[in-house]
Amino acid sequence: MTERLHDLHSDRADRADEVLAGGRGTVIVSSMASDSHTWNLVYLELLVGELGFDVVNLGACAPDELLEYECLSRRPVMLVLSSVNGHGYQDGLRVIQRLRGCRPLRRMPVVLGGKLGTGGALTQEQTGQLLLAGFDAVFDDQQGSGSFRRFAAALPSPAGVLPMPAEGAGA
Amino acid sequence: MSFEEFVARSHAAGALVVQPRMGFGDPTAMRAGLAATRSARAVTVGTLTLDSYTRVRDTASAEHALRNGLPLNGYPIVNHPPEVTRGMLAGLMDADFPVQVRHGSARPADIFRAMIAAGLHATEGGPVSYCLPYSRTPLDEAVRNWAFCTDLLLAAEPEGGRPHVETFGGCMMGQLCPPSELVALSVLEALFFYRRGLRSISVSYAQQTNMEQDQEAVSALRGLCAELLPEATWHVVIYAYMGLFPRTEVGALSLLAGAAELAVTTGSERLIVKTTAEAHRIPTVAENVAALEHAHLAARATIHRATVAADNQVYREAAALVDAVLNCHEDLGRALVIAFKRGLLDVPFCLHPDNAGQARSFLDAEGRLGWSELGSLPLRGVVEQRRQAALTSSTLMSALSHVQSTHDALAFGDHETVAIGGQA
Repeated sequence: MTERLHDLHSDRADRADEVLAGGRGTVIVSSMASDSHTWNLVYLELLVGELGFDVVNLGACAPDELLEYECLSRRPVMLVLSSVNGHGYQDGLRVIQRLRGCRPLRRMPVVLGGKLGTGGALTQEQTGQLLLAGFDAVFDDQQGSGSFRRFAAALPSPAGVLPMPAEGAGA
Repeated sequence: MSFEEFVARSHAAGALVVQPRMGFGDPTAMRAGLAATRSARAVTVGTLTLDSYTRVRDTASAEHALRNGLPLNGYPIVNHPPEVTRGMLAGLMDADFPVQVRHGSARPADIFRAMIAAGLHATEGGPVSYCLPYSRTPLDEAVRNWAFCTDLLLAAEPEGGRPHVETFGGCMMGQLCPPSELVALSVLEALFFYRRGLRSISVSYAQQTNMEQDQEAVSALRGLCAELLPEATWHVVIYAYMGLFPRTEVGALSLLAGAAELAVTTGSERLIVKTTAEAHRIPTVAENVAALEHAHLAARATIHRATVAADNQVYREAAALVDAVLNCHEDLGRALVIAFKRGLLDVPFCLHPDNAGQARSFLDAEGRLGWSELGSLPLRGVVEQRRQAALTSSTLMSALSHVQSTHDALAFGDHETVAIGGQA
């Protein structure tokens, strides 16, 4: 499933350069494997870019292994997962367990947002389970972008996040 | 009676066929949904919408959900054995109630096999429309898959009638794609099926942002199909707006009624509805039935027909796009791949790596969709490129929400509008 990787983004920018240039670091915006919607991703790419980050948009139906690979190789200051097809709860649980099981990604800020359940907003219990499994924040569609903006604004500067051991990194 | 015959008979009798999108993981729930569609007070056909795990060929996740009672957003036709699907349809699907499979897969061979094994002969999709907006499958792979699946369906000689495929190309991205490119893609996908031997086809067009422009688009679609599919039986299916839907009931119903009006005024034969729940969650069966009945009444209340020039702006653009693609290669599948590579087809805002991403669209003051960047589209001299200010998240959001807010304003702002306009 990673056969298209090379086509996705040719801009394999060096992270050190970005920090020197004063950027806020790279944020990965992505769907999860079963979700084909992309307007949410187009919007988030613009929004996150306006907050001062460099954005890598992985597009529709990103498989779990692609998410892991991209996070390992780019070491983003945040991963933003967006889901609007109703499978966000179960897909989110699966993905976060995989990412948190990968040692270098244990402290990477990861958030999930969108229309997360087949029956509308998630219950408090479901949201709690997602947070317990390792998401740093879960944003329901109804909340608007305010709480996400505040979360992103409070992220530590890239310099505070970057010095992690590069074990297993692909790039 | 087959899908195409039912639609033709209904159209001859003056009725618009209305159809939901509806899918449940559990066969009993699926059957109940189809039964409710059938008994709605409207002329209906049924839909089996497949779940999104099946669409990306992740049958393991579908199986996991089935085994653990997790909700699926559609019917996993590949996981359920054919006899289960046949049993689910038994006594329900017949001459008066054909059922179509809707999925969204760029690599649908397993879906086609399961569908054929269950005695179903009508489906929808296309090599471009189910690849670029929704998957990461390379376009040439999607083209090969759709060619193979079309052949599979033709060879199967399904028991219910001639194989029928509806193009999904009239919907690309749901919103903000200029109508001419929607028409061109719908026609090109129809021609792709036609050249492989399919003779029962429907061509889609999704309601956009301006009624007159939409009417021009359907007229263009009809004109091009008449030219390019001489030996096929084809009809037009309108999709109620596929972008951000109004949040209010009043707004949602008004937009749906507009889609029914678009269908009737353009002589279209079938309409796929959206519900009042669309902005919030996956609709219930009752909400779907209410939408079918509302659309039926709105269609019956529409008696006028649109008068549209055959050689309108949408037609001129669509014809130029179709010609450019046909000139790329004699094999239409290859031609489509080459056209996207050269940017002769370029879908605004589509993130797929095989889409050039140079063309950009915008909404003008009248709510018509136009081109702000042509990229390499072969439209210079056909259309004026009207450059716009750089896109921001908020200008994108207001374009995406234009239809939603216009229709929701009917629920909130009637008095305000009157006060500002100064007319009672």
